[in-house]
Amino acid sequence: MEKFSQHKGLVVPLDAANVDTDQIIPKQFLQKTERVGFGQHLFHDWRYLDAAGKQDNPEFILNAPQYQGASILLTRQNFGCGSSREHAPWALQEYGFKVIIAPSFADIFYSNCINIGLLPVKLAKDEIEQLFNLTASENIQLTIDLANNKVIAADNTFTFSLDRFHQYCLEQGIDSIGWTLNKLDKIKDFEAAIPAWQ
Amino acid sequence: MTNTLHSNTIHSNNKQATTLYEKLWQRHLVEDIDGETPLLYVDRHLIHEVTSPQAFANLKFHNRPIRHPERTIATMDHNISTRSIKIDAAGEGAANQLRTLEKNCKEFGIELFGMGHKNQGIVHVIGPELGLTLPGTIIVCGDSHTATHGAFGALAFGIGTSEVEHVFATQTLRQTKAKTMKIEVKGQVGMGISAKDIILAIIGKTGSAGATGYVVEYCGEAIEALTMEERMTVCNMSIEFGAKAGLIAPDETTISYVEGKEYAPEGELWQQAVADWKTLKTDDDAVFDTVLTLEAKDIKAQVTWGTTPGQVTSVDSTVPSPDDFNNAVEKDSCAKALKYMDLTAGMKITDIEINKVFIGSCTNSRIEDLRAAAAVAKGKHVSTHVDAIVVPGSYHVKEQAEAEGLSQIFIDAGFEWRLPGCSMCLGMNDDVLTEGDRCASTSNRNFEGRQGRGSRTHLVSPEMAAAAAIAGHFVDINAST
Ligand code: SF4
Repeated sequence: MEKFSQHKGLVVPLDAANVDTDQIIPKQFLQKTERVGFGQHLFHDWRYLDAAGKQDNPEFILNAPQYQGASILLTRQNFGCGSSREHAPWALQEYGFKVIIAPSFADIFYSNCINIGLLPVKLAKDEIEQLFNLTASENIQLTIDLANNKVIAADNTFTFSLDRFHQYCLEQGIDSIGWTLNKLDKIKDFEAAIPAWQ
Repeated sequence: MTNTLHSNTIHSNNKQATTLYEKLWQRHLVEDIDGETPLLYVDRHLIHEVTSPQAFANLKFHNRPIRHPERTIATMDHNISTRSIKIDAAGEGAANQLRTLEKNCKEFGIELFGMGHKNQGIVHVIGPELGLTLPGTIIVCGDSHTATHGAFGALAFGIGTSEVEHVFATQTLRQTKAKTMKIEVKGQVGMGISAKDIILAIIGKTGSAGATGYVVEYCGEAIEALTMEERMTVCNMSIEFGAKAGLIAPDETTISYVEGKEYAPEGELWQQAVADWKTLKTDDDAVFDTVLTLEAKDIKAQVTWGTTPGQVTSVDSTVPSPDDFNNAVEKDSCAKALKYMDLTAGMKITDIEINKVFIGSCTNSRIEDLRAAAAVAKGKHVSTHVDAIVVPGSYHVKEQAEAEGLSQIFIDAGFEWRLPGCSMCLGMNDDVLTEGDRCASTSNRNFEGRQGRGSRTHLVSPEMAAAAAIAGHFVDINAST
């Protein structure tokens, strides 16, 4: 996993609550056996007018010319609900997103993001509102400073909290499986005490 | 709509009093050290063709073995055909995934219930029916409806593919401890009210994210009265209001269900297991972070009208209007949902006409579900403008239904009787709705496009789906005539 320290980029506002992973990456694109090839199908049913994905939907915010190259997604509550498919964060990351900012995320989606180095930032509802207001009038760049847990938008700075271990994993880009495998003795001790029926 | 929830701030003086979730957590804790996310042991890992290939590939890339292949079980369910047991029958992409699963299971020594195997079926249907799902264990699967297994008092939850890989390599997972929520359903439900109605009513109360960050324990008289299959229906949809997992404490109903199942412990081990399971309950004075109470008698037959499971109402009411909601986000969600669903605020639910019916999915494809639907369909006929399919959850369910004559009842009534699989729950195979179709579905998600691009899904119980198939619109099956 790549290390994450600071990121500055263009933010795109997706004004919708309860965006589920079926929307982020519809099921017809889940038949791959690789981790790549999902970015082009991100938000497929909203992004394209046709099932084949040839015709852009001009009304969908990601297709607006001023948001091309956006790397920060600003959205509403309960983002990433529904299916546990990690293909959803893969698609967001491959499209170019490095950070998702929302008032709340679904639990499994949140873990999936941490595990692939896509930073989920939770801000308070009124802070999210401020960011939506800022993006309504102009294109803005945000700076996300992971070490200090800050989102910096020109004159405004917002603080977010992150689990310490999650922060460490993101900053160091650690191989979490390798990390756990270093604790094999602990796991073996635990296994020795498991009841036989279990 | 969250005003019926209240948070407890008082903490119990008795440190020993713990909830079922805390007990399950404690007994699986491998390591909990400062500065690291706690490490939990995983007893059973279930896998299927869609969310496992990338985990296997990475494992191979790093040259890592699977720590306990015997703790993993594989099935084929998500994108298989329901018309043929041939691997190629659902297209090239699906066949490639199914063959990849076959190859990986062979290479790593994992037991696979592939096409034509007597134990094949939807992952959350076969775990319980084979006795792979046991109380007191941790069960994970790369699938969000793993919560189903919580009906046994197992801590069961869905994981992403990176976590599947972590379980393969270490037989453990890192998990942040969840908050606890008690949902008590008091008293008895009325005649004809199903487990699906109970869980939809709960989700209607909490909203789609009401339990995010929580593990929910369902209890109360109405829950205790449920059969194991009904309890699975309830726990299955825990994820639909954001819960990490749903739990029901094991009791005699649980124990007698598990006894004698193919993979269940036997003899001396069975005795030990049962003795342990009897201790698995929340202590009387344990304190939950949040408590929600419902009166069972108030629960009516439910139908979703929107594009999240929380957008639900009772069959005898009307489609709501954005004005019925008091916050801007919910108003907006309602307006968007009505537009997508092509419904008008104020119209009667029973006036909504459907043209497709799907009876199946890990929520409602077990034998009791099929019996309930067949009882409604018996001697009737599916409406001329409706296409209806029944997809059993597993081969065992299919055989049982055929032996009981249920399949014949469905066929005689004009339903298609299919082979087991996930089918139209998510339509990864060819069981998809087309644009504009409106479906009464016993599955668990009514998200935009879930059953096919531009299609509209209404979630209901098997009885309600069968009744809608016959009438061509929703029917209040419990209305006295
Ligand atoms: S039946 Fe539907 S919800 Fe259940 S496992 Fe299959 S796809 Fe998922």
